[in-house]
Amino acid sequence: MLFSRFSALFLALAITAISLTGCDKDDSSPASNTGELDIEIENVVGTTPLALNTGTYTTEAGDHFTVTKFNYYISNIKLKKADGTEFVQPDSYYLVKESDATSHHFTIPDVPIGDYTSINFTIGVDSLHNVSGAQRGALDPSNDMFWSWNSGYIFLKLEGTSPDSPSKALVFHIGGFMKPYNTIRTVSPSFNGKTVMVRTDHTPEIHFHADVLKMFTGMRFADASSTSHSAGANAVRVADNYAAGMFSVDHIHAN
Amino acid sequence: MVEILPAIVLAGLLAAGCQPDSDVRPTEAVPGTVLPNNFPAPVYTLETNAPTREVFELGRTLFYDPRLSRTGDVSCGSCHQQFVAFAHADHRVSHGVDGLLGTRNAPALQNLRWKRNFFWDGGPQNLETLPLAPLTNPVEMDETLENALRKLNADPDYQRRFQQVYGASPIDSYQFLRALAQFTASLTSANSRYDHYVRQEAGGQFSDAEQRGRLLFVQKCAACHATDLFSDDSFRNNGLDRSFAADSGRAHITGLSTDLGRFKVPSLRNVALTGPYMHDGRFQTLKHVLDHYANGVVDSPTLDPLLRQPDGRLGISLTKPEKTDLLAFLATLTDEQFIKDKRLAERQQ
Repeated sequence: MLFSRFSALFLALAITAISLTGCDKDDSSPASNTGELDIEIENVVGTTPLALNTGTYTTEAGDHFTVTKFNYYISNIKLKKADGTEFVQPDSYYLVKESDATSHHFTIPDVPIGDYTSINFTIGVDSLHNVSGAQRGALDPSNDMFWSWNSGYIFLKLEGTSPDSPSKALVFHIGGFMKPYNTIRTVSPSFNGKTVMVRTDHTPEIHFHADVLKMFTGMRFADASSTSHSAGANAVRVADNYAAGMFSVDHIHAN
Repeated sequence: MVEILPAIVLAGLLAAGCQPDSDVRPTEAVPGTVLPNNFPAPVYTLETNAPTREVFELGRTLFYDPRLSRTGDVSCGSCHQQFVAFAHADHRVSHGVDGLLGTRNAPALQNLRWKRNFFWDGGPQNLETLPLAPLTNPVEMDETLENALRKLNADPDYQRRFQQVYGASPIDSYQFLRALAQFTASLTSANSRYDHYVRQEAGGQFSDAEQRGRLLFVQKCAACHATDLFSDDSFRNNGLDRSFAADSGRAHITGLSTDLGRFKVPSLRNVALTGPYMHDGRFQTLKHVLDHYANGVVDSPTLDPLLRQPDGRLGISLTKPEKTDLLAFLATLTDEQFIKDKRLAERQQ
């Protein structure tokens, strides 16, 4: 079988590659001038940690609500040093799900050692990867974050209930990457003057807060516009809201 | 060997002389892997998902498998039948699970490799993720991706075949969608009499009426039904309705009022087979379609400018003999080889 012969060859190459990588890691000299950076994200509502189903919350405008589902993509993470040089993480796609604690924490590998003064990432998925066909990992369409009838990912999904909503339900499925309803937002939460020092033997951690309340700035759940199932003006309003300060750096561990 | 070879070549040439050209084309292991030279460059390139016989056949099994639907009785092939170029014969709209009716006419599946987006509104933008829409649509197959994968993973035959080509298990959405895409991408129709005519191959003779029809087509239709794919892949309002409450078309995707009532220009390949016509299947025959363009176009703010004549009249001026000639030409786009290609059929002998 031609195919199995190819598989065998591929396997052999893969094993070689793995063993080579293994050597690199053990050597602390030239190849390993990289370290890692941990990211931890805590979803909060104002100052309280988010509790799915059980927590009841109030928006700035006074509407009451609960949250049953809260998922979003973070992608294309970039780190910048004081001298302006940038590290762009390749294949940088993460799906954060409130219901899955393991998704609140991830490690960025192969970060060149150095002192980083800012971070930049996309809330959502870049336009290219919205139309790139079958994908795996965070972008697997079986993660229930993909619109099949209008190709593209749901960048952020919040579902819940509210006595102030006409339907008593809250549905915010935010996505869309085409003009004029592009909801791809890139944010750069401030390190508040701190520096993140990546070393071969030090893995710092940035601890973010993602504040659900920031999604609802200037919004009343009684309005029909306070729901979003598809790309459009309502989704853009929520995206603009969450781009304006939903993510903040709570603290940084030097480790 | 040296002496035998010229003899074989000679025999081949002699055989070619007596047969329609199509019969001497080299047989491809996977249909559609030889790109027609009268087509533009494909969107979904061969390199994107390099065809192999095993994966293509796996895709074919998936395409015809009704178990993928919630109720176990609707497959992709239920609404996309090979004998009518993978459209749905005699169905204005199609019925999915529990006999539920859809809202749009099932389009022919052909030359999908060349399309930037799909459906009458262009919603899906990648051939690989397209099937997720009919799979999960409540009036089509009404199944979740999760359940579909569970069914595949519970089937020893699928397990074996996926394992054989992809190695890793369990079967995941990537393997499922990539395999299915090998089949849908293979559906290439490029051997109609028209193709033989433009490629100057044997069997490409046109009658006088067909020739007149071709010239009329170039003059009056080809601005939208462009290239040898017979579509410019754009969205246009062709004057079917004054308002679009029933179906907003492209605006459903873009949310733009300027896209109201605009629908994908369909390819006209195999068009004699793919009726009923239009996004809602309202016209039973091609004659009705031509009558619409000649006399039935109605005005609305998004009506395509090409359907406004300089004198203010709407539509395309067509005399009765012109319509007859156009119909003759359109029939030359029927590709018997495509609709009878056994490799694309549900039942493999």
